[in-house]
Amino acid sequence: MGVLAAVWPLIDQLNPDASVLALASVDFDLSSMQPGQVVTIKWRGQPVFVRYRLPEDVKAMEAVPLSDLKDPETDEARVKKGHEQYLIMVGICTHLGCVPEFNMGVHKDGWFCPCHGSQYDASGRIRSGPAPKNLVIPPYKFTSDTKISIG
Amino acid sequence: MAEHTSSYTPSSGLEKWLDDRLPIIRFSKEHLMDYPTPKNLNYWWTFGGILAVMLVIQMITGIVLAMHFTPEAGLAFDSVELIKRDVNGGRIIQAVHSTGASFFFLAVYLHIFRGLYFGSYKAPREVLWMLGVLILLLMMATAFFGYVLPWGQMSFWAATVITNIFAAIPVVGDPLLELLRGGFAVGNPTLNRFFSLHYLLPFIIAAVVVLHIWALHVPGNNNPIGVDVKSSRDTVPFHPYYTMKDLFGIVVFLIPLAWIVFFAPDILGHTDNYIMANPLVTPPEIVPEWYFLPFYAILRSIDFNLLFIDSKLLGVIFFGASILILFFVPWLDRSKVRSGSFRPLFKPFYWIFVLNFLMLMYLGAQPPAGIYVTLGKVGVAYYFAYFLIILPLLARYETPRPLPASISESVLRPART
Repeated sequence: MGVLAAVWPLIDQLNPDASVLALASVDFDLSSMQPGQVVTIKWRGQPVFVRYRLPEDVKAMEAVPLSDLKDPETDEARVKKGHEQYLIMVGICTHLGCVPEFNMGVHKDGWFCPCHGSQYDASGRIRSGPAPKNLVIPPYKFTSDTKISIG
Repeated sequence: MAEHTSSYTPSSGLEKWLDDRLPIIRFSKEHLMDYPTPKNLNYWWTFGGILAVMLVIQMITGIVLAMHFTPEAGLAFDSVELIKRDVNGGRIIQAVHSTGASFFFLAVYLHIFRGLYFGSYKAPREVLWMLGVLILLLMMATAFFGYVLPWGQMSFWAATVITNIFAAIPVVGDPLLELLRGGFAVGNPTLNRFFSLHYLLPFIIAAVVVLHIWALHVPGNNNPIGVDVKSSRDTVPFHPYYTMKDLFGIVVFLIPLAWIVFFAPDILGHTDNYIMANPLVTPPEIVPEWYFLPFYAILRSIDFNLLFIDSKLLGVIFFGASILILFFVPWLDRSKVRSGSFRPLFKPFYWIFVLNFLMLMYLGAQPPAGIYVTLGKVGVAYYFAYFLIILPLLARYETPRPLPASISESVLRPART
């Protein structure tokens, strides 16, 4: 027990330090965004995609049957109610961590990972390729009608 | 061989005095000079000496580079460029270090394939072999940490992809990932700790190399016919016979290294590593250094789920197993005959294994699409089948050709191999 107590601080020092944790949340103002725009912001050192979706994309995504999906999840579950046009997700491929590119793949207004060829749809859901999961939705909330706080 | 009588007699009063207190001259004479070595060793046996020299070259150039390198995310990239442009001789020293890593791996792969062909892993050399596999693992870790230090795009994304492998481990994966990176993404804390470890590991390698040589000097060298040394007529002293042969091998080996250093220092690198690390943009294609390609191909080839294990975790399992399986080779190949030269069935399977390894190396650099995906799976299947099915079955059903009675006999009347 004594040895473990002595060794633990030597391992724990490897964990994110206070200055890293202090940056754990970020605020963003959506009012400057145009429909169809994608903005990449940095949260915890990682890219977060903020996408102002077109109405037809939202409609198309809501119509996708769950049986077509590798990691079944409804479009509604990936956005906040009343703010369906804003898709906010971590821009990290769930395979090995590369940054997917917007509208480069086979899905209209979707994402494509250049590393190993994973294809995501306009809702950021994995449709084909080696990635096992949909693009992750970070914890965030609307602090006002046009402002969000991520983290 | 271990119990050969000492050939050292202290010749002066001072040597006698030292010999009674620290018999270091006696040790050097017995193990570095008079050490009895089979007289039929071929050039495949020079890679041990070559590797020792490479380790020393990497440590010396590395210590010099560390004097000019800044392990800080905003400065690391520029400091490496500064080494190449402004530090006196830095262009050469940096190139020797980065090219040297490649040649270190070239030599270690040839050394390992030598061992696999001539059965150098078989009794009584299992511990020697396993220490060698441990050195390979340490080398891989060191090379990976070192590759991250210049903090270019390839450095950053190699660090991201490789640390992400650990996230595939169930339950503890995500906390472990943050622990390894020291943040939610690869960043300055990651660079700092990788620099620290990159400096540490070569010294651990050197310590394991000492054990490796110790474990070599107990049973003595294997040799191309795999027949044990039977009398002193089968051996020659290590010095001058093999010091000269090794030295010649080292010189020949260093010629292409020197050519690359002087004329094409970037030929083995990736152009994207001249772009500073950017966490928000992934390069269009991520390719590891050539020496990791076969294992990268194995990792990538697993794109299917098996029972409850998802493709990502399964790929990682195969990736780890492809190296760890080497630890078990002494017990997978139970054939009594060491040398592949006397094993008619073993030979073709061995050379297919070599070609398969090269094919995986090629596939690791190709986009994972179309025929490459299928070939990758075939390659992975053969890689594991060789160790788990072919070697155990050959040991049972193969009839080896008759062995020469001794090393001397084979040298005087060469067997048709």
